Amino acid sequence: MRAGGRGCGMIFLKLIVTNLRRHRIRSFISVAGIAFSVAAMLTVVTILQGAIGMFSGILSSDSEIIVFERNVSDLFFSNVPAAAAAQIAEWPMVQHADAVLFGIVSSAGHPIITCFGVTAADARIAKATWIAGDRATFAQHADDVVLGERAAEFMAANVGSFVPIGHATFHVIGILKTANGFEDGGVFMPLASAQSFFHKEGTSSVITIKLRYKDQAAEFKNMIKAQYPNLIGLEDAEFNRSYSQFRILKATAWAVGGCGLLLGGLGVANTMIMSVFTRIREIAILRVNGFSRLQIGGMIFGESALVSIFGAVAGLTVGTCFLFGLKLIPALHGYVDVTLQPLVMLIVIVLALLTGVAGALYPAAYAMRIRAVEALRFE
Amino acid sequence: MRVNEQEMGRGRVVLRAEDVWKSYDEGTITVLKGIAFEAIEGQTVALCGPSGCGKSTLLHLFGGLDAPDRGRVAVNGIEVNRHRNLLRLLRHEVGFVFQLHNLIPDLTLEENCLIPTVAAGTKHKTALDRLHQLADRTGLSHRLGHRIQKLSGGERQRTALCRALMNRPKILLADEPTGSLDEQTSATVFALLMDMVATEGVTLVMATHDRGLAERCDRLLEMHDGRIHEVQYAR
Repeated sequence: MRAGGRGCGMIFLKLIVTNLRRHRIRSFISVAGIAFSVAAMLTVVTILQGAIGMFSGILSSDSEIIVFERNVSDLFFSNVPAAAAAQIAEWPMVQHADAVLFGIVSSAGHPIITCFGVTAADARIAKATWIAGDRATFAQHADDVVLGERAAEFMAANVGSFVPIGHATFHVIGILKTANGFEDGGVFMPLASAQSFFHKEGTSSVITIKLRYKDQAAEFKNMIKAQYPNLIGLEDAEFNRSYSQFRILKATAWAVGGCGLLLGGLGVANTMIMSVFTRIREIAILRVNGFSRLQIGGMIFGESALVSIFGAVAGLTVGTCFLFGLKLIPALHGYVDVTLQPLVMLIVIVLALLTGVAGALYPAAYAMRIRAVEALRFE
Repeated sequence: MRVNEQEMGRGRVVLRAEDVWKSYDEGTITVLKGIAFEAIEGQTVALCGPSGCGKSTLLHLFGGLDAPDRGRVAVNGIEVNRHRNLLRLLRHEVGFVFQLHNLIPDLTLEENCLIPTVAAGTKHKTALDRLHQLADRTGLSHRLGHRIQKLSGGERQRTALCRALMNRPKILLADEPTGSLDEQTSATVFALLMDMVATEGVTLVMATHDRGLAERCDRLLEMHDGRIHEVQYAR
């Protein structure tokens, strides 16, 4: 496409903008369609990424490697012999190894509460801020539990309270605060109590490992493979990439966002089709005045790109405000991580632009095929 | 392909049609039947004839907007209807003025006139200089920033004339250029058209129903039954 400098470029741009201004409501609806799609995608992806981040944060508390049962689809189904933790802890390269049992429990009005069966030495207990109670008393009695701050809040429990969890009643001996939403809304039980409660005696879900030296990770994983063929050891980053639940969640987030963008794209396509059909004669005039097919196509793509850019900017603004709004809701405290990742934002913007371009494909092709001689007869 | 540039003694041939046929509706309506035509540089040619006789069709063929079923058309030595020649033809060799001004209503007079220069990639300063030159001569200088809706019918047609001449075409194809104007405005616009054509040295081929205007051209061709007949040859 040739251009004759800034002035001519401005006129070309004005041809693009003029048409959008001519049909303001239609253009606004298209921009809104893209904006809502972008906002939806940003919100869903950010929330799920945050959730994944929190979950992986639970696993990687003061550890570098996670050991769990090979080929399980979900860590809640993983069975690792608790004795293995003791044996692995003896390996020279291991600084400490903590067996953790995950479970889901329910309480009145709260059908899903995450339960962590841990030892007193576990980093989750040792490094948390104890708002009430004493860490030294943890795991002294089988029916003792420690609640996360938010769990204590929604269960209306204090230290000394007895809370019904599942089919049993537990004695609250402490309340702790963590930055992690899952942990903050969870229940911490002594590992042995959790094993008994969930009928998983002698097993844990995972063993979290802290090595003396990080560069021994490969050697450690090889030893796990050799000595425990039913188990697998993965470094945290490796685990985040390969854990099927995370992959499903990420794929779901992008798919939901993608569906939103698809709808937005259809809106753009509709607008652009109408835009072309209502000015066939005008396009013919441009052709008669020497516009090439490429210039006509460029004009149509320019319009859709402009709609997409406005939509993406508006969507990012709305999505970000919405996420910050969610963060202010007390019930969601700790669950929504509103750290906007530049990569996610970039992907969302690129996807919005691609959607706009895809929506303009047919209208642009139609406009490029318009024959001036026929179109000039068009009233 | 370059057609032989024949010197006719009277001047250089800038438009030539050889045995041009054109039909519509899968050949059931034949509008042009072996048209042969030549126009020399700076000549003004009027095409007269009843509605539907093929005047507009012939102009469209001359400007490359449509293709003949048979025969050849060459403008300034460039064969029309070869795809690679079409853009060059529309950008540099021919300019169109229609009965309806065909301006873009949301743009200003200036922006409308600059459209051919945007298409041709002309430098903006060069384009503006040319626009101011044409606007001065057509009396539109004070209206450059006005939107088309604000202009009168005569001003719109003068704007269309400016736009057609922006890229200094060799041939101006005018299809009933005064057809939508009242008698007085029509006379003014036609006088301006003839003046501009003479000043610019452009060859004018004009389809018109107005016999009075047609007789003021160098040549008057009558179209009838798909053929053209020379009625007047003053130059």
